[in-house]
Amino acid sequence: METVLTTHLADDRYRRIDGYRGSGGYEALRKAVSMPRESIVEEVRKANLRGRGGAGFPAGVKWGFLPKDFSRPRVLVVNADEGEPGTFKDRLILTRGPHLLVEGIAITCYALAIHSAYIYIRGEYVLEARILEEAVAEAYAAGFLGKDLLGSGFDLDVTVHRGAGAYICGEETSTINSLEGKRGWPRLKPPFPASVGAFGLPTLVNNVETLADVPWIVANGGERFAALGCEKNGGTRLVGVSGPVERPGVYELPANVNLRDVIYDIAGGLRGGKPLKAVIPGGSSTPVLRAEEIDVTFDIESMAKIGTMAGTSGVIVIPEGTCMVRALSVLMNFYAHESCGQCSPCREGTGWLRKITGRIEAGEGRPGDVELILDLCDNMMGRTICALADAAAMPAQSFIWKFREEFDRHIAERKCPFGNSF
Amino acid sequence: MPNLTIDGLAVGVPEGTTILAAAKQVGIHIPHYCYHTHLSIAGNCRMCLVEVEKFPKLQTACSTVVTEGMVVRTDTEKVRKAVTGVLEFLLIHHPIDCPICDQAGECGLQDYYMVYGLHRSRYALEDKVHKKKVQDIGGQIVLDAERCILCSRCVRFLDEVTGTRELNFFQRGDHSEISIFPGRPLDNNYTGNLADICPVGALTSKDFRFKCRVWLLKGVESICTGCARGCNIAAHFKGDILYRYKPRVNDAVNRAWMCDFGRLEYKKANDARLLAPFVREGGREKSASWGAIVPQVALELSRAVEREGADAVAVIASPQSSNEELYLVRRIAADRLGTKNLAFTHRTPGDGFSDDLLVLADKNPNSRGAKLLGIPDGEAFDALIGKIAAGRIRALLLFGNVLGAFTEGETAGLLSKVPFIAQVGTNTGPVSKAAHAVLPSASFAERGGTFTNHAGRVQRFHAGFPPRGKAKNVIELLCDLANGLGADWTFTGERSVFRALSETETPFRGMTYESVGAFGQEAAR
Ligand SMILES: Cc1cc2nc3c(=O)[nH]c(=O)nc-3n(C[C@H](O)[C@H](O)[C@H](O)COP(=O)(O)O)c2cc1C
Ligand code: SF4
Ligand code: SF4
Ligand code: SF4
Repeated sequence: METVLTTHLADDRYRRIDGYRGSGGYEALRKAVSMPRESIVEEVRKANLRGRGGAGFPAGVKWGFLPKDFSRPRVLVVNADEGEPGTFKDRLILTRGPHLLVEGIAITCYALAIHSAYIYIRGEYVLEARILEEAVAEAYAAGFLGKDLLGSGFDLDVTVHRGAGAYICGEETSTINSLEGKRGWPRLKPPFPASVGAFGLPTLVNNVETLADVPWIVANGGERFAALGCEKNGGTRLVGVSGPVERPGVYELPANVNLRDVIYDIAGGLRGGKPLKAVIPGGSSTPVLRAEEIDVTFDIESMAKIGTMAGTSGVIVIPEGTCMVRALSVLMNFYAHESCGQCSPCREGTGWLRKITGRIEAGEGRPGDVELILDLCDNMMGRTICALADAAAMPAQSFIWKFREEFDRHIAERKCPFGNSF
Repeated sequence: MPNLTIDGLAVGVPEGTTILAAAKQVGIHIPHYCYHTHLSIAGNCRMCLVEVEKFPKLQTACSTVVTEGMVVRTDTEKVRKAVTGVLEFLLIHHPIDCPICDQAGECGLQDYYMVYGLHRSRYALEDKVHKKKVQDIGGQIVLDAERCILCSRCVRFLDEVTGTRELNFFQRGDHSEISIFPGRPLDNNYTGNLADICPVGALTSKDFRFKCRVWLLKGVESICTGCARGCNIAAHFKGDILYRYKPRVNDAVNRAWMCDFGRLEYKKANDARLLAPFVREGGREKSASWGAIVPQVALELSRAVEREGADAVAVIASPQSSNEELYLVRRIAADRLGTKNLAFTHRTPGDGFSDDLLVLADKNPNSRGAKLLGIPDGEAFDALIGKIAAGRIRALLLFGNVLGAFTEGETAGLLSKVPFIAQVGTNTGPVSKAAHAVLPSASFAERGGTFTNHAGRVQRFHAGFPPRGKAKNVIELLCDLANGLGADWTFTGERSVFRALSETETPFRGMTYESVGAFGQEAAR
């Protein structure tokens, strides 16, 4: 299978500029600066590149949202916040192939006439930030960034900005606020970042992986990239597999790979041959699947069809014997802790869900608690400024829909039937 | 001009109008907490959710701009459930201490609970998150974080209106809390507005704390007498006691705000009042009846004119008086006493502070009105003081309880040079300690009329209740005095005086109380 991102990642030299250039790095940028800007955008459009930050928005379409007039400077914000539990794919790029991202940024900015790019990297990524900063410095020194890059007459400044460790700062308008030095609160939309974003300027926000795909697209053509995937999902995706599988890790796979194959072939199946109980397919916010539901292609549309999402393609494998109430209560702790607190339904709903799931798990659940959870989810979903409320409600709903009997048993028996184990 | 329907009612609105504003035009109230007419849109309370055809999700009416052909529903089951759900979320941690909360009776939580709530709590008592109560955060404000619904109005006010940014959100999720930064209390002259805009009992007024249940209060439209801005206010009272001021919205004057200084000006109607007429004989105060004191003042004034000439008599008017009163004062000076010694000063004791928002250095509501009515200040006032100091004024009719910016000692010294002083005033002060005849007048809450603010805007204020004690309406008092000096005035209250002055006084020509209305009218220049 042809790979876009991981081809050289096993090579330690690849993360430094010499190693990267030795493998053909920055040739795409050289090609790009000789191309008309519009045709770079056209290649990305043809590539069917879908955003890798979780929502899967077509990158070419998003690029087209930037205003057509150039009266105001524009900004690129690179989302390297990677906060979604179960997701650790951007990290692979940041540590093993940071120049993929830097080159992708340079090409994107050139194509869209953006002169300032900010990489917002999550606070916990200390090592990653250091490697990234080193890569940016190398690229400046080699003339791939900064004034008159590659003699093209085009100037580009790239700044690495470290977050302080808040999941919500990965939501793009929250990222922008945080970048501006404000409290990391999502903004009310409209206006969308494309018209009023960072520092009040038109802003493009893309995920690390999305941008890292761009050099390959420019080098090999959008159509070839599209052909690597399936109909509406061009290219490959980095899939992170976690949980008790034989070979957890990040794999580059075609968009239309079968989810079952991801777990049983690529990741080697469950450790010790344990039976599978459930899978959270695309990061902790995506609705859970029962073991028998995973024979499905892992592209955005197919996943939507069965009521879940490809999300960040962070596959969380849950073995038989895990208490699903406990698992949900862990997730609810996370969302309650990470809600920024501005919208009433999310601020109070996430905390309430945490308390109810916690008490059910502790054997103190009350009759009606399950219905209460479902009703609260209904009152949260689609009622807030950003998608965090949905991100908390979707697992809660799906865990109950798919594993209702476990919740009922906890309440009826007044204890965890699994002895509080995972 | 997009057209839309809201709950089946068709309405056309200007481009850029939000659903919430459009609904208001057709008399539909969409519930809200974070939305405030005079602050930016936050859209975070989520109370104003409505259904808009072709949108899969409910939309916030406060932030969604109307487009042509929009079909909005505020009355569906889906909307009702959403709003009820939001209200439930807002109430789960609430301490339900309404019986000791000053906001009770004008609280957004109570009001909407009666319409959208009426639910039993599904939240366990022991799960409530507790936060800090009764925090003195500076200025005029007490913060109770447990009652706060985190609507962010206060944060936006301090960001967008005063620019001082003392309050902010701290923590996240359901531990989010409004607070000041450690050791940095509220520090601006507009803190009282926070209690007004806080839709619940989280920010309440220190001054009003535990004074009166709000449903016992009556309100009357008034104008702040604190400075020449003339902020539009409502004066709230019970019986003959004023309890508080609240700003009224007037975008031409004060938008939705008033300053902290002005907010406490109401106390002048309650405290240190002159409540019964008295005369001072041989340095001793002796009570007098209205029937005796007005003729006596008239006699003293006319006797001084007769004996020493009109130049020995002076009238010092007050910029705290209404246009109507000043008009009569001028006529008494000019027509009855025939003296040119008539002046006022807008200088008042105190520091004359001002800022870019509302407060003006001139701490009087009607200096502009006095000038437009032909009463001079500045040099004329200084000249008059010169005459007093030189002992050339033998009888003085003085309005108010201070003499310009003079200190109490200076005032006493100057007034000791005048053999007869009649004071018309509401409060005790240096003047009432020196005057020979004290004629107590109704406070601004006890009388009506108009003030002309610094920009020439004529604005009406109304009486809330009859004059306290034996204090008298100034117009009535001036009529009695003028008639004692040989006039035959038949004015029956401020409206008839305004009618008269609007016929003869050019700046006010053609104005009526109706044309002045609730929001004022510019005087001609
Ligand atoms: C609560 C929340 C957290 C998010 N966290 C991230 C994140 O850590 N990284 C990311 O790339 N996108 C994150 N997103 C999605 C971004 O808002 C945005 O859609 C994305 O960065 C756009 O890039 P893309 O189009 O390349 O996917 C998050 C969204 C939400 C609602
Ligand atoms: S949904 Fe939650 S995280 Fe998102 S803006 Fe609202 S309160 Fe903040
Ligand atoms: S203190 Fe009042 S105004 Fe401020 S956020 Fe809380 S409820 Fe809103
Ligand atoms: S600005 Fe002037 S008129 Fe307005 S409230 Fe303050 S003192 Fe009163």
